[in-house]
Amino acid sequence: MSALPPAKFDFLSQDVKKRTGLILGPEKAYLVESRLGPVARREGFASVEALVDAMMRGDRNLCVAASEALATHETFFFRDKTPFELFEQAILPAFKASRAGRRLKIWCAAASSGQEPYSLAMLLDEGVGPDADILATDMSGPVLEKAKAGVYTQFEVQRGLPIQRLVKHFDQTGETWRIKPHLRQKIRFEQGNLLEDFSRYGRQDVIFCRNVLIYFDIETKAKVLDRLAALLADDGYLILGAAETVVGLTDSLRPVPGRRGLYAKPETAAKAAAA
Amino acid sequence: MKTCLVVDDSRVIRKVARKIVEDMGFACEEAADGQEALNACRRAMPDAVLLDWNMPVMNGLDFLIKLREEPNGKKPVVVFCTTENDMSHITQALRAGADEYVMKPFDGDIIESKFAETGLV
Repeated sequence: MSALPPAKFDFLSQDVKKRTGLILGPEKAYLVESRLGPVARREGFASVEALVDAMMRGDRNLCVAASEALATHETFFFRDKTPFELFEQAILPAFKASRAGRRLKIWCAAASSGQEPYSLAMLLDEGVGPDADILATDMSGPVLEKAKAGVYTQFEVQRGLPIQRLVKHFDQTGETWRIKPHLRQKIRFEQGNLLEDFSRYGRQDVIFCRNVLIYFDIETKAKVLDRLAALLADDGYLILGAAETVVGLTDSLRPVPGRRGLYAKPETAAKAAAA
Repeated sequence: MKTCLVVDDSRVIRKVARKIVEDMGFACEEAADGQEALNACRRAMPDAVLLDWNMPVMNGLDFLIKLREEPNGKKPVVVFCTTENDMSHITQALRAGADEYVMKPFDGDIIESKFAETGLV
């Protein structure tokens, strides 16, 4: 349990929800000490409670840092495999004819430290599909900086990444591994929060938004899904995490039958089912 | 039940690796160097080999080259597991017929992820 008095915990969870959509319920109290402890120490506070006191006095920078620290940034290369198989075997073939001569637009919303967009860039580089512009966004500045650098520890490159791909797509620099520059150049990184307006990113053919909605309440999930649908091309695809769905949250998107984790606008989903 | 041969001159590493592969449902054999490993493969070809590089008597790379020349020696999935962490060692191992490569230090998640890459689990 958190040592925070209830009033301070309530402030913290409301502030985090306002900034990020994350629901910090009492059952997540154990996260507070483990994730905010390092922030408190770094910022020179004697305890997490002292850090929260300063946040309550209105220190915006501390509030942002706390929100970023409380978010889960867990990711690895080719995480869950299935989405990448779907991308290769269902999505790219569907676009091959309809997007001939035009670059595909792919958006990794909540790209964390970059493993997801780089996995897609590797697949595209291996020649599975047309050229694409990949946009990678995350709300956390420090995490996005890591993504931009494209430098990973030995531990990180051993999770989900086959050795052949490590050899092909990375350069070794001492103890770390750096993604090859031409793959990094395929991706545009931008700081962005899913709770805020993201229409400036423009029409997207494919949106990866995995393992984000699970942290939101129902109302926020529904709103974000509607806004994602508004940005998605009529024949585009949305990929959600394994524990997420659109069902019961929005009418603007449907599951693609037989393709777990894949969603599209109703007409496209129906066509894919018939094909 | 699938079988895995753990080849390492460190008894501690063999013990840790045994626990990991047994938890993944493999029957585990051990060898302390490349020659012992080759003898074990000649007796019964395993499904998987988890292979250290630097060992006395016969090192991992020499074992791998000899293994691939054996009758049925292409069958085992060979996963290197070594502190030799530079690109030149990795490419040398792949050229000699290694299927995957784990850089020490490792944990159960890494071994499981690498075994999954090769279709073993």
